[in-house]
Amino acid sequence: MADVSLTNVRKVYAGNVEAVKGVSFDIPDGGFCVLVGPSGCGKSTLLRMVAGLEAITSGECRIGARVVNEVEPADRDIAMVFQNYALYPHMSVYENMAYGLRNRGTPKDEIDRRVKEAAGILAIESFLDRKPRALSGGQRQRVAMGRAIVRKPQVFLFDEPLSNLDAKLRVQMRVEIKKLQRALGVTSIYVTHDQVEAMTLSDKLVVMSNGRVEQMGVPNEVYRKPASKFVATFIGSPPMNIAKGVVRGPGAVAVGDVVLPVSDMAADLKPGDAIEVGLRPEDLIVRGDGSLTMQVDFIEELGATQLFHGTLGGAHLVIQAASGLVPSESKTLNLAIDPAKVHLFDVGTGARRGR
Amino acid sequence: MERKVVFPGMLLPYALLAPQILIILVFFYVPAGQALWMSTLLQDPLGLSVQFVGLENFQTVLSDPAYRQTIARTMFFSVAVTVCAMVPAVLLALMADRVVRGAMPYKTILIIPYAIAPAVAGALWLFLFNPSVGVVSYYMGRLGLDWNPKIDGSHAMWLIIIASAWKQIAYNFVFFLAGLQSIPKSLIEAAQIDGASPRRRFWTIIFPLLSPTTFFLIVVNFVYAFFETFGVIHAATQGGPGKSTEIMIYKVWYDGFIAQDLGRSAAQSVILMAIVVALTVVQFRFVERKVHY
Ligand SMILES: Nc1ncnc2c1ncn2[C@@H]1O[C@H](COP(=O)(O)OP(=O)(O)OP(=O)(O)O)[C@@H](O)[C@H]1O
Ligand SMILES: [Mg+2]
Repeated sequence: MADVSLTNVRKVYAGNVEAVKGVSFDIPDGGFCVLVGPSGCGKSTLLRMVAGLEAITSGECRIGARVVNEVEPADRDIAMVFQNYALYPHMSVYENMAYGLRNRGTPKDEIDRRVKEAAGILAIESFLDRKPRALSGGQRQRVAMGRAIVRKPQVFLFDEPLSNLDAKLRVQMRVEIKKLQRALGVTSIYVTHDQVEAMTLSDKLVVMSNGRVEQMGVPNEVYRKPASKFVATFIGSPPMNIAKGVVRGPGAVAVGDVVLPVSDMAADLKPGDAIEVGLRPEDLIVRGDGSLTMQVDFIEELGATQLFHGTLGGAHLVIQAASGLVPSESKTLNLAIDPAKVHLFDVGTGARRGR
Repeated sequence: MERKVVFPGMLLPYALLAPQILIILVFFYVPAGQALWMSTLLQDPLGLSVQFVGLENFQTVLSDPAYRQTIARTMFFSVAVTVCAMVPAVLLALMADRVVRGAMPYKTILIIPYAIAPAVAGALWLFLFNPSVGVVSYYMGRLGLDWNPKIDGSHAMWLIIIASAWKQIAYNFVFFLAGLQSIPKSLIEAAQIDGASPRRRFWTIIFPLLSPTTFFLIVVNFVYAFFETFGVIHAATQGGPGKSTEIMIYKVWYDGFIAQDLGRSAAQSVILMAIVVALTVVQFRFVERKVHY
């Protein structure tokens, strides 16, 4: 087992494309770190640098006590699960899983024992002698996982391993990956652009944008206190509402003619300063005595919840509430909000303007 | 997904196929039929009388020790050409596959030999290996190697093998490169993480995945060595010295047009035709059932 630490890691591709612009973070031994961000933000590049598939332009990557910048992928004691699974098509499931052990000269009976053990954990014993093309997407995914765990590496690397599965299977595999990682206690780095996967899997969430880390922390903390407008709108579904507002005084901002109480507000904000106000759809609570009045344009029915699209103080908002709370023909809603759940962001930089 | 085009009426599809069918008729079926017919005839040396002899020509040809030698020689030549054309091609393709920037010029340069006429290729290598003026011969001489394809039959054989293979390397290269590029990069990376050395990656991952391409090329190269090397041989050695570089296709031409023994020449060409049909059948069988993984 080992911890992983990155210090100021940069990657410049040929043609001066700077894909990763100085990233530092540590993952404790046994931790599950999820890298999340929009397409092209450098997540895969970062992961591939940890794997050794991409050279590190500058900075340092450490696995356990070892700086691995110059270490071959095979010698880093890692295993990787690829988006397209990268199973060897001409080998049976058994051979796919045994390949890495064979290359390392593991004795035959030891290989057999470990492959069977891994196959048992993943419930793939019954197709050990099938070729990958005779498997369903979900089964292939399991084999790819099996190939990773059979080697008992120090670090698991996942590059969007679930994105080729259908929605239902994705949820199922997500839970299984989490359980497996807990059970094995192997330090893991997981790349995804799916924020639900990111929230549910990680115990350390790293939000990236444009080759940089926007914010990292425990997922709940990132959710409750997004460090920037980018993180606020990227994490959470439906995304956080952002409205243009004006500072009214300490602890108060206005959106149009609607005044909202704020508890987390930077001290240097002065009345009249333009500001962006972030409100999570589920933080605006529908209440008969709510002081905020929202005009409802239309309602989306999601089953367990409803989404109300409408305007508040001239700004477009989406509100999420449990179904059946409000008659569906309502034209206005009375809302209340906890002052602690009003987020403020700088108009120019998008940085959080809290205390 | 295949898309089916539906034509109204029957005329248009036939009209569209007609040129191709006509070409095959005129340039394949008619000569093939003629060869078959001629292989059953015996002409007297002066060409004054013709006599139907049935399968006698085949009997004479196949029982002729010289012809059997030619078959053995052709086999050796074909295997050698196939190996000499495929091994460098796969090595070049492996190298070209790794070039990321400026890959186009390399590929173009490597493909050019394919566009060179067989006779020109033959002449080119003849010059290079010419015992008195050839550059290669000069250096071989300096190294103390005795080299004279005009006198030594096995030297001549290697000369035509190299000249024939050289042209075919380009063709094989294109297919191997396409084959390599269709192997997902992540497979190689997975093998890298799985601790396979480059050599082991080649033999356990790349080579098996290239096997459909390899098999296809073995057949194509064999057919090439059998049938399309006439120009090279004619320009370089004319089947000599002695008969040491006379392969089956060359003997067909020689016996027919130089020795004027049309019946036996036709019988030989029917034998060649049977070989190409057999090779094609093998190829189709495998393409259908695929040397697949
Ligand atoms: N081999 C390469 N050469 C040059 N530029 C590259 C190369 N690989 C990636 N890039 C660039 O680096 C940036 C980051 O790419 P990367 O694959 O890490 O993104 P990503 O966050 O994984 O995106 P996605 O979610 O789409 O997979 C992109 O702008 C991409 O165009
Ligand atoms: Mg990616």
